[in-house]
Amino acid sequence: MSRFRDTLVRGEFVVTGEVAPPHGTDYSAMRESVRKLAPLCHALNVTDNQGATLHLSSLAASKVVLDSGGGCEPIFQQTCRDRNRLALQSDLLAAWTLGLENVLVVTGDDPRGGDHPKCKGVFDLDSTQLIEVTASLNAGIDMNGSKLDGGTGFYIGGALFPEAEPWEIQMERALGKIEAGAEFFQTQAITDIDKFARTVEALRPTGVKIIAGVLLLKSPRVVRFINENLAGLMIPDHIADRIARAEKPLEEAIALATEQVRELAQIADGIHIMPLGADDAVGRILEGAGIPTPNA
Amino acid sequence: MIITKPRDWNRIRANLAEVGARSVFIMGCGQCATTSKTGGEPEVLAAKATLEADGFAVAGWAVGEVACHLGGTRLDMRKHAGLLEAADAVLVLSCGAGVQTVAESIAKPVFPGLESVFLGNVIRHGVFEERCQMCGDCVLDKTAGICPVTTCPKGLLNGPCGGMWDGKCEVLTDRECTHVKIHRRLAEQGRTRSGALAPKDYSAKLKPGSVNLRETKGSGGGPR
Ligand code: SF4
Ligand code: SF4
Repeated sequence: MSRFRDTLVRGEFVVTGEVAPPHGTDYSAMRESVRKLAPLCHALNVTDNQGATLHLSSLAASKVVLDSGGGCEPIFQQTCRDRNRLALQSDLLAAWTLGLENVLVVTGDDPRGGDHPKCKGVFDLDSTQLIEVTASLNAGIDMNGSKLDGGTGFYIGGALFPEAEPWEIQMERALGKIEAGAEFFQTQAITDIDKFARTVEALRPTGVKIIAGVLLLKSPRVVRFINENLAGLMIPDHIADRIARAEKPLEEAIALATEQVRELAQIADGIHIMPLGADDAVGRILEGAGIPTPNA
Repeated sequence: MIITKPRDWNRIRANLAEVGARSVFIMGCGQCATTSKTGGEPEVLAAKATLEADGFAVAGWAVGEVACHLGGTRLDMRKHAGLLEAADAVLVLSCGAGVQTVAESIAKPVFPGLESVFLGNVIRHGVFEERCQMCGDCVLDKTAGICPVTTCPKGLLNGPCGGMWDGKCEVLTDRECTHVKIHRRLAEQGRTRSGALAPKDYSAKLKPGSVNLRETKGSGGGPR
């Protein structure tokens, strides 16, 4: 059974991180990330062709994370962009068979923004529908209503966007995902604590666990890149200026992330750290914020 | 209406060269391609000039009434039988359906002169937008008359996706997110959506579609 789920259900604060499978078959760099992050995290998200760019499949890479041991579990990601309902269900069955117990279901970025812009986006299902299908596989039934020879037992997560307006629509969407079977949410990077707090408040009655995203804004260049290229995220001026004015941007980014984690820890069920390659900073952030690390 | 756009001229020239055509007959379409300004008389004449500038002879030309209408197109072709006789190939400035109708009406090589791009709504003169993909399983009843299958670039039934920001679409950033629009229009009408829309039934759009109103037996010849 998913220890990640058990930890959240027990009401303990969790830390999740993120690793990217390689653009190819050599996953030594990813394993190095896992080596650094696993001791600090309860679970590691393994992204699925992130940014609509080609990477080793999340399925294989999640298995690598699982096998690396140390008590940190993978969160297998599934995007709706690349597969139809047969392939999605088949991959979910495969994931469960391989021992992957946590899944995060996302829509996926539009292919036109990725490295294969001429490809056909599939989007046979949307993320709410795929959450519902995953819940159904957990009940031992496929999308067609047929009984499976052995179902799954996934801990099912979805993405949550507390800062994107109109907020009411985001809440309606989140409730739809919960109704479909989402038991935890991981959010986009939080830059406005008040908006996050009202989101948690609104969803609290459902019992869903909410893990707040924290992005390490390593440099002014990273901030610019996010604001210009990443959909669904905007770094506000006061934060951008703080990084831009800093003598040592990385140190400032660590200080900022530490403050954010400290504040979010009061409200969220966990944090999801995205260090953008600066894996060594994660331990410092957690220590600075007084967050105990699970597997160190 | 079927919206078409001009096809890359190099491809057309290569097609004609492939069959060694020296003389070409040009066929336009009086309906969609005329409204799209891609296959009406002015465009047919422009194609004629381009062909001639490239050293081809133009045996003749016509703008048929409706290129995708088999009976009408056969009549049109018969009318120009003499000129067609002199041509080595036919270039059709219509949608792909029209090209196929012409190809069915004559034994000579027939080539598309346009690209068919979408079923378009005429927003105003010369402005066309895709609003329907003819999916065979319409959800407009649930979506306040706004089609997410077509107007959400990802075709999501339940949105918005994570890329929506300030009500704007992730992909077409100058446009409102379809799902925000749907939500607003439903709210304006005092309606809410109960639950998520179920996955689409893509079998409703099995290819190739066919309707035969002359069928008397069975279900009455609905789309399949
Ligand atoms: S739901 Fe299907 S039939 Fe209805 S408008 Fe959209 S594409 Fe057309
Ligand atoms: S922002 Fe809205 S319209 Fe644009 S792709 Fe996402 S869900 Fe579709």
